[in-house]
Amino acid sequence: MSTPNTNSLRNGPDEHGRFGLYGGRFVAETLMPLILDLEREYRAAKTDPVYQAELKDLATHYTGRPSPLYFAERLTRHLGGAKVWFKREELNHTGSHKINNCLGQILLAKRMGKTRVIAETGAGQHGVATATVCAKFDLPCTIFMGATDVERQMPNVLRMKMLGAEVRPVTAGAGTLKDAMNEALRDWVTNVDTTYYLIGTAAGPHPYPEMVRDFQSVIGTELKEQFRAIEGKLPEAVVACVGGGSNAIGTFHAFLDDPDVAIYGAEAGGHGIEVDNGHAASMTGGRPGVLHGNRTYLLQDADGQILEGHSISAGLDYPGVGPEHSFLHDTKRVTYVPITDQEALEAFQLCTRMEGIIPALESAHGLAQVIKLAPTMAGDQSVVLCLSGRGDKDVESVGKYLGLLT
Amino acid sequence: MTSRIDRRFAETKAAGRPALVTYVMGGDPDLATSQAILEALPQAGADIIELGLPFSDPMADGVVIQLGAQRALAQGQTLLGVLGMVEDFRRKDETTPIVLMGYYNPIYIFGVERFIEAAVSAGVDGLIIVDLPAEEDDELCIPALEAGLNFIRLTTPTTDDKRLPTVLKNTSGFVYYVSMTGVTGAAIKSRGAVGEAVDRIKSHTDLPVAVGFGIKTAEDAADIGRHADGIVVGTVLVDAIANSLEDGKATDRTVAAVRELVADLAGGVKRARS
Repeated sequence: MSTPNTNSLRNGPDEHGRFGLYGGRFVAETLMPLILDLEREYRAAKTDPVYQAELKDLATHYTGRPSPLYFAERLTRHLGGAKVWFKREELNHTGSHKINNCLGQILLAKRMGKTRVIAETGAGQHGVATATVCAKFDLPCTIFMGATDVERQMPNVLRMKMLGAEVRPVTAGAGTLKDAMNEALRDWVTNVDTTYYLIGTAAGPHPYPEMVRDFQSVIGTELKEQFRAIEGKLPEAVVACVGGGSNAIGTFHAFLDDPDVAIYGAEAGGHGIEVDNGHAASMTGGRPGVLHGNRTYLLQDADGQILEGHSISAGLDYPGVGPEHSFLHDTKRVTYVPITDQEALEAFQLCTRMEGIIPALESAHGLAQVIKLAPTMAGDQSVVLCLSGRGDKDVESVGKYLGLLT
Repeated sequence: MTSRIDRRFAETKAAGRPALVTYVMGGDPDLATSQAILEALPQAGADIIELGLPFSDPMADGVVIQLGAQRALAQGQTLLGVLGMVEDFRRKDETTPIVLMGYYNPIYIFGVERFIEAAVSAGVDGLIIVDLPAEEDDELCIPALEAGLNFIRLTTPTTDDKRLPTVLKNTSGFVYYVSMTGVTGAAIKSRGAVGEAVDRIKSHTDLPVAVGFGIKTAEDAADIGRHADGIVVGTVLVDAIANSLEDGKATDRTVAAVRELVADLAGGVKRARS
């Protein structure tokens, strides 16, 4: 930190990888030496101008950064309140914010001399981004994906395969993101010498939550600058969807110490927060526990067994959340709200019809919160949504829900 | 302070053989059968018992032990239930050490202080918590040691000489050397390397070293046991339970299958130094 500010919410994690109570390194001993190596390597890369220059160049010429800040005019008029803006991460190469993190990590994997990459994926956005950078950097990769998700995100499965990745469907449990992560961890423990685990969200053992956040923070940093250039101020509110929470922490981080900016995270409310095991809103409906390398809010039963949860969106269908979000939830800096499947579907359709933008079902959760929020705000105020991904992958499942397919 | 575990390793050392450490999942395939298995283990030749705490997401376990945990959970097994098994066992057996092995979350949710108190009172001797490395010692390891429990640490092929002192610092009872990088139940890649690794660990500590992961037969037990103070078998026992079931339920072969296998492995352990 160049300006140590003891009251800052942006100082985390501490040297133990903790954001307050949350985070840490809850992994098997086999993995400990490696994640300590990774931390050292990341610290070195962070201050290495060559690494930073390469990352910057890729962001510009490969990803297409900066992503535009777009004023959603029709939606603004329709909602009749605050101006609605989209930070267009869905326009990035590969169709979501996930590429920001994958490029940062693949350069690290190269630095560390790793010869194979593994990753977990839910919606397949991270899987596609991982397969993409592995194609570009000529590393073999294996993507673990829950069997249920393979089914409901087929276009992304095909993309990964075409990019040369091996996609391994995981049938354990409900066949969703949690199970994919378990299986990726088992592979990692087995092949720790050669293999780099490219985690897709701001969760897992330290240093992943910090590292992924740093790679995604470009979203909020750009947004702040772009918004200021247009409106000459900060937005009154920013909104993002939260599964593991990488696009959300990337959007929020630049605004954490700006108390006049309200911050909202949209969790997957599934069938409704009152339905047992019918949602994936870990902060609204869970409590702190330890899973997948970190302490964080988790959906679990009274005996500490992890629940499967449910969301229409494969990318949000995870019983945990990144540890920094848990910290921001407890400190009340960010307001986390559950959005139901139905609300997300309605937002998906509204955005598609009114702005000509098909959002990912994940991002549609964030939009549903914007739809609730904007009408309560004044016309000279602004709310910015991180439109984290595009919905091409979802057209078939949404078509089924809407009865457009027989 | 000597513990049941210290005393047991002293006995097997005096007998000139490695200790046989057997793992079964608490509550697999059901509570009553699991209790019967637990009580049959010492007589069949088990020197130390590891009792698994079932968890929904056992990230370091292969599919056999995952399924064992699922069977136990499907029968409603809880952390309190496993502690109850130990309590019942202790009424009949005062000397065989019991080590609980599992993952941290169910303990964290139960409450660390409450858990330690209940474990001590039930007659538990040690803990192996897979996802609590030395870096997280304040969570459970230190309070458990203060309460007189042994905290047994896993060391692995990736734990190099530089890291070993960190790992061994708060380890007690014995050191559990994981013979490979991998999940439970996979195959050992190089036996020679296991012997070297045990010697390397022994140059850092006076604690007994037990080797586990990938030991499947009496021959494995005899072979690996030449270099180690103890050998750990788990997956083959859980697999034997699975193979004895009919429609997922215990049969009259279930307890016998484990007993016979343990007796066979105990034979291997006795041959190890001969």
